[in-house]
Amino acid sequence: MVSVSDVPGAQGLNKGQLRELYYKMFLARSVGERERMLNRMGKGPFAVTGEGHEAAQVGTAYAMTPGKDWALTYYRDIGVALTLGMTPQDLLLAHLARAESIESGGRNMPSHFSSVDLRIVSGSAPVATQVPHAVGIALASKMRGLDEVAVAYFGDGAASVGVVHESMNLAGVHKLAVIFVCENNQYAISVPASKQAAITDLSIRAQGYGFPGVTVDGNDVLTVYSAAKEAVKRARAGDGPTFIEAKTYRLVPHTSDDDDRRYRSREEVEEWEKNGPLVRFRTWLEGNGVASKGEIDEIEATATAEIDAATEYAEAAPTPDPATAMRHVFVEEE
Amino acid sequence: MAEKTMVEAIRDALSEEMRRDERVFVLGEDVGGGGVFRATDGLRDEFGEERCMDTPLAEAAIVGAAIGASINGLLPVAEIQFADFIHPAFDQIVSEAARLHYRSNGAWSCPITVRTPYGAGIHGGPYHSQSIEAFYAHVPGLKVICVASPYDAKGLLKSAIRDPNPVVFLEHKKAYRLFREEVPDDDYTIPIGAAETKREGLDMTLVTYGLMTRYSLEAAEEVQGDGGVSVEVIDLRTVSPWDKEHVLESVRKTGKALIVYEDNISGGFGAEVAATIAEDAFEFLDGPVTRIASPDVPLAPYSGILEEHILPNAEKIAAGIRKLAAF
Ligand SMILES: Cc1ncc(C[n+]2csc(CCOP(=O)(O)OP(=O)(O)O)c2C)c(N)n1
Ligand SMILES: [Mg+2]
Repeated sequence: MVSVSDVPGAQGLNKGQLRELYYKMFLARSVGERERMLNRMGKGPFAVTGEGHEAAQVGTAYAMTPGKDWALTYYRDIGVALTLGMTPQDLLLAHLARAESIESGGRNMPSHFSSVDLRIVSGSAPVATQVPHAVGIALASKMRGLDEVAVAYFGDGAASVGVVHESMNLAGVHKLAVIFVCENNQYAISVPASKQAAITDLSIRAQGYGFPGVTVDGNDVLTVYSAAKEAVKRARAGDGPTFIEAKTYRLVPHTSDDDDRRYRSREEVEEWEKNGPLVRFRTWLEGNGVASKGEIDEIEATATAEIDAATEYAEAAPTPDPATAMRHVFVEEE
Repeated sequence: MAEKTMVEAIRDALSEEMRRDERVFVLGEDVGGGGVFRATDGLRDEFGEERCMDTPLAEAAIVGAAIGASINGLLPVAEIQFADFIHPAFDQIVSEAARLHYRSNGAWSCPITVRTPYGAGIHGGPYHSQSIEAFYAHVPGLKVICVASPYDAKGLLKSAIRDPNPVVFLEHKKAYRLFREEVPDDDYTIPIGAAETKREGLDMTLVTYGLMTRYSLEAAEEVQGDGGVSVEVIDLRTVSPWDKEHVLESVRKTGKALIVYEDNISGGFGAEVAATIAEDAFEFLDGPVTRIASPDVPLAPYSGILEEHILPNAEKIAAGIRKLAAF
């Protein structure tokens, strides 16, 4: 039998790791689906999920060291959160705004990921505001002599916001250990890529800030992982930032409040679905003898069982106590 | 103890805090060379260019990077060159710094200080004169301080830097070199949120902050001399969270309240003070709660004649005192 690392394109990952990647991707897909289902059932008032972005998210996050490197996510990054170690239970508790949600205890919208232990920094809703935080975190790492990397995630729409450019410029000047990950799904709600920017590959902007930018097939998890691994290596070595543009596609409406039939055809969505990141990686795993069909089914069954248990737990978990609504405006000093 | 200007007192506060705690660092435009008002003069020589960091000209990134650095264990003091240019960073201050702690249920915090020169009276025109405290005082999760004297500036800046919450620290630029006063050489702090009675009086409570404190004190002396009106002058020093009890206690004693602020009158911070007095001390009042502030025109027109016409000054305040006293 060929050892997997000999399989072209495995990026040095072993069989267990490759299966883990698929597990995280499937988990991300299914948590998204579950949240949208709970929303339709009237249980959670809002859902924003990332079906279709799994390769971009899991592939980049898998190159990070959880708890050491920093993630500045945006609302679509279920796959990043899960890969770094948040659990379906964490996400579903947030979806249902339960008191014990580590994201926010019911204060923030769902999919505004946060975990102090995992260094997933709490995010907000105005797009792109998290990007300079990655730069500041990396600045502090440099000043403190630490080799941590900060990864800022944002969409193609957010890439137009001024502060993204301010942040790239500052990171470039100081050669900071920041990775800018643009999940280019070619839409900002209904606005297509062609109305968002006059260029096709957003990664060429990195040049203007003095560091490399790459555009990768964001639906191929191993390609994404390879780019991220290289970027992490550069950042840790003190060689500065990298911009990674992962071209991908959102297979679901923008949020539970969006009807994407208004602005894109079903044929277009179906076309992308056929070549979606899960289908492609599954085919690759089977074709390269990493996992059989039966083994993949088993991985999926395990993930589904985990999500079922998490759903049950989250639904039964207590809602926040109104008496706590005034707390944590300021740091409570003993 | 030596006599210092406010800008010297601020510089002392910064360098002492940087010496005391290596997590403290300064970032902003031109700060490396000492800054346009010289508030960071000498810091680069003593602490190096990393801890006194010149940034690109990009306010949202300055505050955003400060937030990030605070998340990763440092205590950044961001300088915005003029308060009039803080607006591009509004999103970072309001959406991020102010809300991070609350939205994460207390898990994350953001101990940054954003210093900036504000205020009019220096022929700065409409873009070097603005008062911005009301925008930020409106936002839960932020502390907002307005200083216009050397002693208060040093003690409050130290408190701001040590505070575990985001603090917007507004320095009245006309007060930077307007006068000197005794400032202790050693360490002291002034609590955030504590007003100070700068002058005791019996007939009227005058609530103010920033440079208007100085003009209000002048006016109070003047009316005491001519008409015998005894005015108690309270400097809020911190506008958020503000010292309500201190103000209410005085109003309960004097029965009259005059609020003086430099900002535009409508929706200015003094409106909040007036509303609180009306609500919580109504039965003690024997005159209308009154405000003296700038009229609602962009602050401030460049021409000295126009500017003087618009801004409150000792004379206008004295007239307001006399009118309220006669009620
Ligand atoms: C500053 C700001 N403006 C507008 C919005 C409303 N909004 C939310 S998501 C979105 C589109 C973002 O698109 P993109 O950055 O491409 O991310 P995607 O949703 O496609 O993953 C908009 C306009 C917002 N959240 N923030
Ligand atoms: Mg998009």
